[in-house]
Amino acid sequence: MHIIDIVAMDKNISLNHGSGGKLTHQLISDVFLKYFHNETLDQLTDAALLHIPESRIAFTTDSFVVDPIFFPGGNIGKLAVCGTVNDLAVSGARPLYLSASFIIEEGLSMETLDTIAKSMAEEAHAAGVKIVTGDTKVVAHGQCDKVFINTAGIGVVSGPHEKIATGMNVKPGDKIIINGDIADHGMAILCERENLKFKTDIQSDCACLNSLIDSVLETEPGAVKFMRDATRGGLATVLCELAGERKVGVELDEESLPISEPVLGVCDLLGFDPLYIANEGKVVLVVDGDRSEKVLNQMRKHPLGKNSNIIGEVVDDHNGMVLLHTDVGGSRIVDMLAGDQLPRIC
Amino acid sequence: MKAMEVFDAFRDRRTVENLAGEIRKISKKSIVLMEVCGGHTMAIQKYGLPALLPETVTLKSGPGCPVCVTSQSYINRAIAYCRLDDVILTTYGDLIRVPGSSSSLEKERARGRDVRIVYSSLDALQIAKEHPDKKVVFLGVGFETTAPTTAATIIRADADKISNFFVYSAHKVMPPVMGKLVDEGVKINGYIAPGHVSTITGSGIYKDIAGKYGLGCVVSGFEPVDILNSVLMLVKQFEAGEPKVEIEYTRAVLPEGNKKAQQLLYEVFEHRDDWWRGLDVIPKSGLGIRDKYASFDAEKKIEVEVEETKENPGCICGEILKGLKNPRQCKLFARGCDPSNPVGACMVSHEGACHAYYRYSSHG
Amino acid sequence: MCLSIPARVLAIEKEEMARVSVRGVETLVSLQLVENVKPDDYVLVHTGYALQRLSEEEAMESLKVLKELDDAMDDLEDIPE
Repeated sequence: MHIIDIVAMDKNISLNHGSGGKLTHQLISDVFLKYFHNETLDQLTDAALLHIPESRIAFTTDSFVVDPIFFPGGNIGKLAVCGTVNDLAVSGARPLYLSASFIIEEGLSMETLDTIAKSMAEEAHAAGVKIVTGDTKVVAHGQCDKVFINTAGIGVVSGPHEKIATGMNVKPGDKIIINGDIADHGMAILCERENLKFKTDIQSDCACLNSLIDSVLETEPGAVKFMRDATRGGLATVLCELAGERKVGVELDEESLPISEPVLGVCDLLGFDPLYIANEGKVVLVVDGDRSEKVLNQMRKHPLGKNSNIIGEVVDDHNGMVLLHTDVGGSRIVDMLAGDQLPRIC
Repeated sequence: MKAMEVFDAFRDRRTVENLAGEIRKISKKSIVLMEVCGGHTMAIQKYGLPALLPETVTLKSGPGCPVCVTSQSYINRAIAYCRLDDVILTTYGDLIRVPGSSSSLEKERARGRDVRIVYSSLDALQIAKEHPDKKVVFLGVGFETTAPTTAATIIRADADKISNFFVYSAHKVMPPVMGKLVDEGVKINGYIAPGHVSTITGSGIYKDIAGKYGLGCVVSGFEPVDILNSVLMLVKQFEAGEPKVEIEYTRAVLPEGNKKAQQLLYEVFEHRDDWWRGLDVIPKSGLGIRDKYASFDAEKKIEVEVEETKENPGCICGEILKGLKNPRQCKLFARGCDPSNPVGACMVSHEGACHAYYRYSSHG
Repeated sequence: MCLSIPARVLAIEKEEMARVSVRGVETLVSLQLVENVKPDDYVLVHTGYALQRLSEEEAMESLKVLKELDDAMDDLEDIPE
């Protein structure tokens, strides 16, 4: 059935769409299969049967409940694909397959769901991953906020990359690189929430990073010791985790941090520290000191790495702590935040 | 030079280095300087300035954080308001985690109460306009920088004939507490005076501090160049034995201040005695809404039962606020009181001494 | 007290409001507390209100004095040890 007929019949999702009967099948075929279709998914079996090359498997899952569901630079669907692909990619894995589960609030418009599914398919295709299984539930109005999405992902890790996720080879002298401007995603979301009334051009940086990461791992094998994506909690949280888990010191150079003027502006207005704001298209790499310039140059060639910069290094001092050298020559410790940052007057 | 470049020049690294060098050269005697503005505490930490100062100069943080000095009973009353079904409680983010006797605004929000964080009192007024069936209570907290904005919003509410907008005032003024600290024996040699308070009030309000107590007061901006320049000016005064009131932040502070803002402030508010955490009652240090605007005063218009204040006996926020003790001397520090579960206000606020100490010392 | 930042006035709007820009981020602020503010002026913004007009002239004056300090430091550095 053509999607327009569905729209003519049902402009909004109702509880019947989640009941498992005819309407559910119609929803699956007319929205999800339409965009996600592949040999495996099209069979609509209870479990997807997959071929995994002889390798170590990486497996991850994430749930996405972002509000608003549409924001400058993306939507919850795009986020759901990129978030899981990135978790695999930063662990040194090649992402292969995703599952996608939807919990939909009764009353969500079909058009909204269609747009979200379309975005997911586009991102998955660009990242070279297949959505091979999924689930749909519909809950009564008020029992969830528009739509929640869970994605789980499988990838494969080859031998040389196995130590990247834990960073067990990180040592003093290694350099820290990030692939571009920080705090864009968190600020784009914040400004979209109407109660703040700020008008900006800030776009979420939401993107799948696997091709950028591949290009580095292939051209400079062995140079990358550790990677993590700087999502919730921002760059600061990743670096604190690194320092704490590997019991090393981390020095960060504020002057080298890539950050856009409008993001600095909103941070100034609200009293936020950009180090703690979420990113959805940023990877932090710890790289062998001697090869860091080569890695940097390689990253800058990629569209998602144009503003890459070396922002710090691992040191054998103040182990477990992150020290920031400020723009003006001072220094301070960067610690984990206890909760969300809130707009301050002080 | 384009205007923004001019203002950004107050973050210039080289100028900061040179100022630090000059301070090192001139400072011979040990000097303790106190700043009484949360914005200064934050800026000093954010730019890592203590690392640049010589050992002779000590910077102390005073009760310049309106959150830290807010009483538990104020929070209890705010919580009581938000528990009323027809009330929407609006507040700046700073207050949401401050603990009351048994709860906090954040916890009440998690329990389904209508508590909303706003960036401006004008947002709270807008909420009142959009919900004529509800009472919107705005928590007016802050010093002379913020109080005029609350006053202006009340005046606007009055002009627009809004009858469901109320303010619960915790506003306070600066000069009385600066004198009280010295009366209580806190050892300081000079004040880095609050920059944005002074934008409104002018610098005359510090005349008595310099005259009666012999303490230099330099009104400082918030950029690293401002703060170091103010330190330099205070050190120079101290070395010469000539305490006086000076303005470093000349681009924003006139000696007479902002007369229009002062007028609006005192059109709506009047001085009253107020209780400051750690300092007890300070006469004429608070701001209450005048009778003329009583229809906007939550304390007069909305009846609630307020939970009794129950200060945790182990909490020594008061002494820490005065700089008499440091956080490590508190029995509860990191043993039951931490940023995720604060017992006292000093741990909630980013400028609170305990919060700052915790972040520096949590890894030993 | 606290968090106030320089914002450039873009346009005066009705009801004593102004559209301002902080590093490219636009927002509306109230001019109830200030007088004689025009487009291209810089104002201090705090919780949705303009608190004061910022004086570029005073800023340049301050910077001039600081520049003299810079120059003095440069001279010191030029002195051979």
